Amino acid sequence: MLLSANPLEGLEQQIVFGIASGSIYASLALALVLIYRAMEAINFAQGEMATFSTFIAWMLMTTFQWSFWITFPLVVVLSFVGGVALERVVIRPVERAPILTMILVTLGLFSIFNGLSGLIWGYTIRTFPSPFPVSPISLGGVAIGFQDLGLIGVSLLLLFLIYLFFSRTKLGLMMRASALYPQSSRLLGVRVGWMLALGWGLSAAVGAVSGMMVAPVLSLDPNLMQSVLLFAFTAAVLGGIENPFGAVIGGIVVGVLLALVGTYVPHAEDLRLVFGFIVIVLVLLFRPAGLVGRAHVTRV
Amino acid sequence: MALLELQDVVASYGSRRALHGVSLIVEEGSIVAMLGANGAGKTTTLRAITGLVKVQGAIRFDGRSIAGRPTEEIARLGIAHVPEGRGTMSQLSVLENLQMGACLRRDPKAVRQDIDRVYGYFPWMKSRLEQPAALLSGGEQQMLAIARAMMMRPRLLLLDEPSLGLAPIVVRGIFKIIETINSEQGVTIMLVEQNARIALKSADSAYVLEVGAVAVSGLARELARDESVRKSYLGY
Ligand SMILES: Nc1ncnc2c1ncn2[C@@H]1O[C@H](COP(=O)(O)OP(=O)(O)OP(=O)(O)O)[C@@H](O)[C@H]1O
Ligand SMILES: [Mg+2]
Repeated sequence: MLLSANPLEGLEQQIVFGIASGSIYASLALALVLIYRAMEAINFAQGEMATFSTFIAWMLMTTFQWSFWITFPLVVVLSFVGGVALERVVIRPVERAPILTMILVTLGLFSIFNGLSGLIWGYTIRTFPSPFPVSPISLGGVAIGFQDLGLIGVSLLLLFLIYLFFSRTKLGLMMRASALYPQSSRLLGVRVGWMLALGWGLSAAVGAVSGMMVAPVLSLDPNLMQSVLLFAFTAAVLGGIENPFGAVIGGIVVGVLLALVGTYVPHAEDLRLVFGFIVIVLVLLFRPAGLVGRAHVTRV
Repeated sequence: MALLELQDVVASYGSRRALHGVSLIVEEGSIVAMLGANGAGKTTTLRAITGLVKVQGAIRFDGRSIAGRPTEEIARLGIAHVPEGRGTMSQLSVLENLQMGACLRRDPKAVRQDIDRVYGYFPWMKSRLEQPAALLSGGEQQMLAIARAMMMRPRLLLLDEPSLGLAPIVVRGIFKIIETINSEQGVTIMLVEQNARIALKSADSAYVLEVGAVAVSGLARELARDESVRKSYLGY
């Protein structure tokens, strides 16, 4: 199971584990948030799309012997293009449909991508090479693997890039405006449909990064991202489903909590999924906007 | 030359007809006022032009048929529409609202000049650029909507009740700005107004709508002089 905690290690060590696995949830949560901001719906296929991207990376690296550093950017770009195409072909016809239709469509995509991965690459568990060295470094008595540092660094970098894109670029502004004010944006000449497609592309690209970070840790099979998706969803809800910062903070909080639960609660392995659901329900009940939420401005 | 031409335009909301065959012409470089009582179909006429409501009949802009085209493509041809209710992007900052107006332009230098021009028209804006537009007063939002439309550098500017919610002294200022946009930048303007008196002063020609059809039309100064028109349609 996911970065299982070792109860023999100390508290600090568990926290480091927690932050690292939390970064994984955070990166997929970022992908969920990108879609949610664009169309106010959860993409339940996000994890399976990421797994599919990861398999493509695996194929390029094993069958064609490409290096990780060539494969990685190529798969990110391919996933972006795939996400855009998916929106144009599958989502566009239901763009104005009720939210339930949208959810069913993404659930459909879930089984399609899961099935495709199994069909093409099979259900054997594969090892996925890690881009980071295995040897840990020691910081004040706590051993931190480069793997963990890499996960944390990549998630923070993703967050930073997403922040820059939405706050500093014209395209980011157009995407935000299209999501919030489609009619006003159309009147200004913005092709709102394409902005949504772009949102899907970005989110598929972020998901691909997430998958390629997870696979070395969990080993690759068609169900790679399923538990990750649940905790990513927990993280996104916890942080505020529209807020990229919230998603990252939520991811790390969920990661640390899971590590602590794993250490101090007996039979915790079986309780992890339950724990995720409990957090979701509690947040939705008591703080639906999430811990960080989104700053809605209104005149009082 | 006619920049915009509507011929027997019919528009409905569901099964309810709001326009029963409106025909009108907007000459290039002119200011055209559209007047009429509440519910006459003024807003619907503007919405028909920018494709926000389904239409039958012919709408030509610059010789091209635009009826049935998507709103964003019509906007890209050079039609800016300040809608009823202003279309304020309230969670975005004032500056971002202005930038959205210019988001398709590829002449950053001229965009900056245009933003400066906007500050010239509305000096209060300059000190509130970073504020979310939601915090502006109704009248300030109206000014922002006009400024945002100007940032598009349109050929045709459609204004739905630009005076709505503005203090009388500000209304005079706004109409002066509208005249300047028209005379200095050569933007053709079609404006819907309740305030017939002030609209007819600025406009070259005018149409009066009544239950979804044109009841009277003519040169603005002649309509303003015609007492029977004033009494029966314009209420002053
Ligand atoms: N969204 C809508 N759905 C149904 N009917 C509508 C809708 N919008 C307008 N109407 C109807 O269409 C007719 C014309 O409305 P429109 O908004 O064009 O009037 P207007 O001349 O702009 O009036 P006002 O001066 O009050 O703004 C009215 O009878 C109105 O009730
Ligand atoms: Mg109206």
